[in-house]
Amino acid sequence: MLVSEHRPDPDALLASLPRPRGRLKLFFGAAPGVGKTYAMLAEAQEKRAQGLSVLVGWVDTHGRADTEAMLSGLDVLPRRQLDHRSKVLAALDIDAILARHPALVVIDELPHSNAVGSRHPKRWQDVEELLASGIDVYSAMNVQHLDSLRDIVGRVTGVEISETVPDHVFDQADEVRLVDLPPDDLLHRLAAGKVYLPEVAERAAANFFRKGNLIALRELALRRMADRVDGQMKAQRAISHSVPVWATSHSMLLLVDGRHGSDCVRQCLRLARLLGAPWHAVWLDNGGASADERSAALAALQQAAEQGATTLVLSGQQPARLVVAYARRHNLSLLAMPAPLASAQLQRALQQDAPDLSLLLLSSQSSEKQPKRWPQWQLARRGWLASSLLCAAITLLASPLHGVLEPTNLVMFYLLGVLWSAVRYGRGPAALTAVLSVALFDFFFVQPHFSFAVSDVQYLITFVVMLIVGLVAGQLVASQRHSAAQARQREAHTRTLYEMARELGVALLPEQVGEISTRFLHASLGGSVRLWLPPDDDGALLPQEGADLGEDSAIVRWCYDRAEPAGVGTNTLPNAPYLYLPLKAPMRTRGVLVLAVPDRALLAEPDNRRLCEAVTALVAQTLERLHYIAVAQQTLVIMESERLRHSLLAALSHDLRTPLTALTGQAETLQRQLARDASPLAAQAATLQAQSQRISRLVTNLLEMARLQAGGVTLRRDWLPPLELIGGTIAALGSATASHRLQIDVPQDCPMLYADPLLLERLLVNLLENALKYSPAGSTITLSADATSSHIRLSVTDEGRGLPPGDPAELFTIFTRGERESSISGVGLGLAICKTIAHVHGGTISAANLPAGGACFSLLLPLETQPELDFDPEKL
Amino acid sequence: MNSAANILVVEDEEVIRRFVKATLEDDGHRVHEAENMTRGLIEAGTRKPDLIVLDLGLPDGDGVGFLADLRSWSSVPVIVLSARVSELDKISALDAGADDYLTKPFGSGELQARVRAQLRRRGNSAAGESEKVTLGEVVVDLGLRRVSRSGELVHLTQLEYRLLVALIAQRGKVLTHRQLLKEVWGANYVEQNHYLRIYMGHLRQKLEQDPARPHYLLTETGIGYRLSAEAENQ
Repeated sequence: MLVSEHRPDPDALLASLPRPRGRLKLFFGAAPGVGKTYAMLAEAQEKRAQGLSVLVGWVDTHGRADTEAMLSGLDVLPRRQLDHRSKVLAALDIDAILARHPALVVIDELPHSNAVGSRHPKRWQDVEELLASGIDVYSAMNVQHLDSLRDIVGRVTGVEISETVPDHVFDQADEVRLVDLPPDDLLHRLAAGKVYLPEVAERAAANFFRKGNLIALRELALRRMADRVDGQMKAQRAISHSVPVWATSHSMLLLVDGRHGSDCVRQCLRLARLLGAPWHAVWLDNGGASADERSAALAALQQAAEQGATTLVLSGQQPARLVVAYARRHNLSLLAMPAPLASAQLQRALQQDAPDLSLLLLSSQSSEKQPKRWPQWQLARRGWLASSLLCAAITLLASPLHGVLEPTNLVMFYLLGVLWSAVRYGRGPAALTAVLSVALFDFFFVQPHFSFAVSDVQYLITFVVMLIVGLVAGQLVASQRHSAAQARQREAHTRTLYEMARELGVALLPEQVGEISTRFLHASLGGSVRLWLPPDDDGALLPQEGADLGEDSAIVRWCYDRAEPAGVGTNTLPNAPYLYLPLKAPMRTRGVLVLAVPDRALLAEPDNRRLCEAVTALVAQTLERLHYIAVAQQTLVIMESERLRHSLLAALSHDLRTPLTALTGQAETLQRQLARDASPLAAQAATLQAQSQRISRLVTNLLEMARLQAGGVTLRRDWLPPLELIGGTIAALGSATASHRLQIDVPQDCPMLYADPLLLERLLVNLLENALKYSPAGSTITLSADATSSHIRLSVTDEGRGLPPGDPAELFTIFTRGERESSISGVGLGLAICKTIAHVHGGTISAANLPAGGACFSLLLPLETQPELDFDPEKL
Repeated sequence: MNSAANILVVEDEEVIRRFVKATLEDDGHRVHEAENMTRGLIEAGTRKPDLIVLDLGLPDGDGVGFLADLRSWSSVPVIVLSARVSELDKISALDAGADDYLTKPFGSGELQARVRAQLRRRGNSAAGESEKVTLGEVVVDLGLRRVSRSGELVHLTQLEYRLLVALIAQRGKVLTHRQLLKEVWGANYVEQNHYLRIYMGHLRQKLEQDPARPHYLLTETGIGYRLSAEAENQ
C-alpha cells in the first residue's frame, strides 16, 4: 500500500464538511384565512415547474377548495400515525423527509405542537433540523404566534394563545413574505365560507374575527414586518461600514424571580431585539425562595436561554453587589428587573455601587398566581415544637430565680433561647420563640403577674429587642446556611472537575476515560454514565463497557451526527429518559456521553447542567488527546519504517549501481579503444556495452518500482509547465529519439501541473520509450498537453501497430508486455511504473488505439488552482 | 580541445576510481586519486587540481562536508558523482558549491563531456568577463544591457534579463532553483519555484529556436537549470 493513501483525501474532507444550511421562507399573516397556505403552495408549484424536487410535508387545507386545487400535482407526504393512549394521532414524518431529501419541503402551521412521542416537542424544531440538513423549507405562521407578542395579542384580542414560535426563528428566517388582506376582505371571505366551514365561521366571527381585533392584528403584523426590514437594513449598513451599531457595552442584564419570570423574559426579549443587543438573565437565589418559586425562576431562565440569553444563578445576600459585579464582569450597561423586585433600598444600593448602570423597571401584570408563602411549614414542624418546649423550659427554670435575679437578667435567658432556636431551626421558629418568650416573660415575671397587661412601659423595649434579635439572627443563620450549602455544592463540583481533570490527564485508554467519567458523575449527580465512541473515524458508534442503560442507539447516532444534545431538558426528545451529550472536541465530535440521573429535576439546575457540560468538554478533550497520541505513534512508526526502507533502498542502489557503473563505463572505453584500433573484437565490445546499458536501465526501473511499491514515496510536488516537462523528457532520452520525428503540441496558455517533476518525467520517458520501441523508425510521435476545467491531459501518440488485442488496462499491470515473445527489449515494468506514478498524483492513465492507426497513451491529472505572481513583470 | 589538466578523483570504490581515471587519462589529463575525504582534501591542497571529481558517499563523511571545506579556500570546479535514490543529495551538493553532477551509472563519454565543459568554463572565466555573449543567433550585450536575435532587438523584462544574466555569469554550471531564485528574486522567494518556471518559459519563448527542445537554456529536472557551456564569449 502506498503511504499517500493515508493522507486525507480532499474529496472526503469536503464531504465531511457540514452541508450548507437550507433556506427558510416564512409566509406571515395577521390572521387565519388571509391566504398564507394558498400563497405558499402557489410558490411551491412555481418551484416544481422550475424542476426542483418539492415535497409537501404537512398542509391543512381546512376544506378550502381553492387551496386544495393548488395541491394538485404536488407530492404530498403521508402523515405518520402515532398511537397515544388508544388514540391515533397524525404527525409530521420528519425521518421520511430526511430520507427523501427533497430540495424544498412545504410545512404549514409552524407554531404547531407535536404529538407526544415525536422527536421534537415543537414543529419549528423539526423545521430547524430539516434546515440544518440542507433542505429548504416553506412554512407559514400568524403574528399572534410570535412568542414576544403573545401577551400583547392576548390582551388585545382576549384570546389565550398557547402555541408560539420563538422570535429568533422568525428573525433568522432567510425570507419572510407578508400575506396581507384588509380586514373587510377577510370578513367577506369568512362570510362567504372560504375560511372555515359555515358553523365554525359563525363562532369565529363572534370571537376572534371581530373587526377591531383584525385591525389590531394587522397593525402588529405590519409593524413586525417593518421591524424586520429595518433590522435588515441596519445589518446591511453595519456590514457595509463594518462598524458595529451597538457595541457590546449596550448589553442587557435581566433579573428574574420566581413570581415575574416568563412575562419579564418576554418583555426583555422584545427590548433586546429592539436594541439589537445581546442579553443575560440571572436569578438571585438568596435561599428564601420556595420550591415553587425556585422552579418558576429556573423555568424562566430556561426560557431566556432558549431565546438566546446567557443565564446564571447567582447566590448570596447582597443583591446589589452581586448584580453589579456580574454586570461589570460581562460589560453589561442596562439592568432590567420586574418593578416589584426593585425595592427602594435596592435601587439606592445600585445607584451607589454603579451610578452608570441604567435601570429599567418592567411592568408586571403577571397573571401567574401568587404562590403560597409558607411552604416550608411542614418541614419546620419539629422546629416549631422544639421552640415552644424551649420557651416552657426556660420559664420553668427561671421561675425559682424570680426574685433572686432582676427581671432584666431573666430576659437574658429568653434571649439565649431565641438565639438558639434561630441558629438551630431558622427564621420561623426563631420568631415564634421571640413572641412566646415575650408573652411568657410578660405573663409570669412582669408586674402585674399572671396577666398580659404591662404596667411598666419600659418592658416594651425588651419585647421589641427580643423580637428583632430573633428575626435578624434567624434570617442571618438561614441565609448563611443556604450560602454554605451552595458553596459546598459548588466546591464539590469544582473539586470533582479538578480531580477528574487530573485523572483524565493521565488516562491512556478510552476505557479509562469512560470509567473515570462514570465514577465522577456518579459521585456528584448520582447518575450512571456510558460513553459511545466511534471505533475509527467513521462507522457505527459502539458503547463502552459499563452498565447497559438501555439507551437508544438511534438517538445516540442523531446526537453524534448533529453534535447537539438530546434527551432530558433539551429541545430534542425531552421525554427520553436520558441526557445524551455530544463529546465536542476542538477538531470534531468524539462520541456521545449518555447520562441517566435518578431525578430528572436535577438536570434543570443550571449548576448541574454546567457541570455536565464541563465534564463532557473534559472527556471530549481527553479523547481527542488520546486520538492524537495514537496518530502521533502511528506517524512515528511510518516515519521509522520509511527511514528504514529508504536506507535499505539506498544501500541496494549503491551496491547495484557501483559495479554497473564500472561495467558500462569500462565496456564503453573498451569498445572505443578497440574501434580505434580497428580490432575484430570491436563488435563484441559493442554488444557488451549495449547489454550492460540494458541491464543498468533494467536495474533503474526495478529500483524505481521497488521504491514506489514499498510505499514511502514522498512526492516533492512543484509547479511544472507541460512544455518544460516534455522538453526534459526528450532531453533525458537524448539521441534515442533521433530515429523518429517528434511533434510537440502544447497550447501557449496551457496551465501548469502540480506534480513531482522527476516522477512525472520518468512516466513520460517510459511512455516515449514505449512509443519509440513499438512504432517504425521515421514515423511521427506526438507529445501533447491540453487542459479542461478540471484536468490536464498529457498524451503520447504514435503511428505504430497499436495496442495488442485485449483489455488495454491489462497493459499497466506488472510484467505484462504487448507481445510475450518479442525481440524488443524491456520487462514490462515501464507501464506499471507509469500507473503507480499517475496513481500517487491522484491521476489516471489509459491507453487506446486510434482510428487512424497507432496507439495513444494519456495521463489525466487533476488541475490545481494556479499560483499567482504577485507583481507584474512589465512594470519593473 | 583544452590542454591536459590536473584532475583529482575522490572516490572510495576502487573499480569506479579506476574507470574514471582510465577515461580521463584517455582524454589526456593527469589524474590523482584519493579514496576518502581526508585524503581528498590533502590532495586538493597540495596538487592544486584544475578539477575535482567527487563521490558523494565517502566512508569518512559525505561530499557536502568536503565541499564546504573546499569552497572556503578554493573555487576549483567540482563534478559530483551520486548513486543515491533521492535528488536531494545532489541539490545540497550543488547548493554547497558543486558545479555539475553525474548519476551512476554513467558512461565514459558523458563524463568526458562534462569534464570538458567545466574546464572550458574555467578557461572562459580566466579570460575575463566579456561584454558580449552569443547563444547561437542570440547576442547578449552585457554592457549595453541589450539582447538581439538575428540582429533584431528582443524585448526582455527586467526580471527576465536578470535571470538570463545570472545564468550567463555561471554558464555551464548547474544552478539550483534555490540559487537562481535567491539571485534574481531575493531571499524571500526561494520557495516560489513557479516564478522561475514561468520566467524560464518566457526566456525560452524569446530566445530559443524550439522552446520545447531548448538548446541553451537547459532543464536539470528536479534540480534546476543550466546555461549550456556552448554559449560563447564574443
